[in-house]
Amino acid sequence: MSAVPAIAFQGVRKVFRGKPVLQGVDLAIEVGETFTILGGSGSGKSVCLKHMIGLLEADAGEIRVDGRDVTHLGERGWVEERKRFGMVFQSAALFDSLSVYENVAYPIREHRLDEEARIRERVRQCLDAVGLAGVESLQPSELSGGMRKRVGVARAIALEPAIILYDEPTTGLDPANSRRIGRLIQKLQADLGVTSVVVTHDMELCHAVSDRLALLRDGRIVVEGSAASFRETEHPEMRDFLEGTSDPLPPAIASTQGPAGV
Amino acid sequence: MSQAEAPLRGRAGGLPSAVSRLGDRVLSQLEILGEFGLLALGTFRSLRQRGVPWQEVLVQFEAIAVRSTPIVAITALFTGMVLALQTAFALSRFGAKPYVGSIVGLAIVRELGPVLAALMVGGRVGAGITSELGSMKVTEQVDAIRAMGADPVHKLVLPRVIATTIGLPLLSIFAIFLGVLGGLIVADLQYRIEPDFFMQTVTTTVTVGDFFAGVVKTFVFGWIIAMVGCFTGLRAGGGTAGVGQATTRSVVTASIAVLVSDFFLTKGLMLVPTERVLGWLVGALT
Repeated sequence: MSAVPAIAFQGVRKVFRGKPVLQGVDLAIEVGETFTILGGSGSGKSVCLKHMIGLLEADAGEIRVDGRDVTHLGERGWVEERKRFGMVFQSAALFDSLSVYENVAYPIREHRLDEEARIRERVRQCLDAVGLAGVESLQPSELSGGMRKRVGVARAIALEPAIILYDEPTTGLDPANSRRIGRLIQKLQADLGVTSVVVTHDMELCHAVSDRLALLRDGRIVVEGSAASFRETEHPEMRDFLEGTSDPLPPAIASTQGPAGV
Repeated sequence: MSQAEAPLRGRAGGLPSAVSRLGDRVLSQLEILGEFGLLALGTFRSLRQRGVPWQEVLVQFEAIAVRSTPIVAITALFTGMVLALQTAFALSRFGAKPYVGSIVGLAIVRELGPVLAALMVGGRVGAGITSELGSMKVTEQVDAIRAMGADPVHKLVLPRVIATTIGLPLLSIFAIFLGVLGGLIVADLQYRIEPDFFMQTVTTTVTVGDFFAGVVKTFVFGWIIAMVGCFTGLRAGGGTAGVGQATTRSVVTASIAVLVSDFFLTKGLMLVPTERVLGWLVGALT
């Protein structure tokens, strides 16, 4: 493991309209690992991810990327920094008005003055890598949910990033497509040696791809450790996340399930 | 509880809650105004630093200006027609019916052509811009642009602002000509006023200064419509329902802003010796 983490959070806080979302997050994501942030809906995990790439700015605390303080880098400073990142959005966030080819070519055109032939070759490589050769001319509206996610991955790797961020990559996908995305994350990590950060509540994906993981709850990291240690853990917060033990159905609703309550 | 965690609003101590709510509302509106100012500044900065994105400006010009031509044409033609109808009807009481061209010409050139074009474009284009940018915002496409190291202001806002600011004056000139034409048709068919005489009354009454005073306002209207449309779209949240609300808000805000600014611009332009300014401009250009 490298001495300097790829991404490090120290006491990161974020408040939206008076509501605290991150309440002092501490994280250290090592170079080359796949780190998964688990958490229920509204736990702040996507907010956490967006801080890593500067889409949101922390109210307090410190964020470092490869040892550099990027907490208050500002939009102009982030333009250079973001070349090192690729981000896969929950909704894929493909540009509706552009073809698949133009979507994948977008970051290349933005940062490099490549000839069209080289852009075409790079787009072909990226689509090959996600198993979608030959869909260049299609519009995003013509793709299935799984294909849209994979085009989103192809666009994220177009600039050969060192760090890839995945925001809920399997949300809305059927089991077969979810497994395909899981295999794709593993393959990219193996082939490109990238650092991957995955935000999800999908335990199957989590077990398939993670080297280490953390559980975010109410804006704080409550459990952190290796993927292997999590499988066996009896940590109450983790068990509660998996089984929902702290929030059972109210008795009134439970009683309506039986004939006596009808 | 740390300072960061403390609720930001509703801490007015002993103040009655109505006063506290009013204060919150004023602060919130000022905050929105400040954000609008920052977006406007960001747009100018992006123009200065990165130049004009010509290709996207042309695409937007086609969508915003060219495709607004039919709606502006119909509005201007029928407004000119009804204005001639009403004016001639009223003037006939004083035996001044032949001078309908003077009043129709002045009203259309100085006021109705520019303002009606702005209101029609504000409705059509403002709604279009807000719903498009709002949809992009709620589907994370705006975040995706930023995540790829691009600037959403340069990619999305600037082309729409340039296209509308240039397109609306052209549309308002078009509206002025069609409005006068509408007046001429009604004057001829309904009141038997010769088209030559109608045009003579128009050209002797309406000066180049009037034309300038009417059209110059539309640069400001165009800027307002596009900026409000972009700003409201980029602030949209809460899924598709949020986009719908933002679109309504955008059209209402832009229409009110056009009408209010029209009064002050008209008042301001009356203080400017437009004929002399035009002469100076022509001299400087030649």
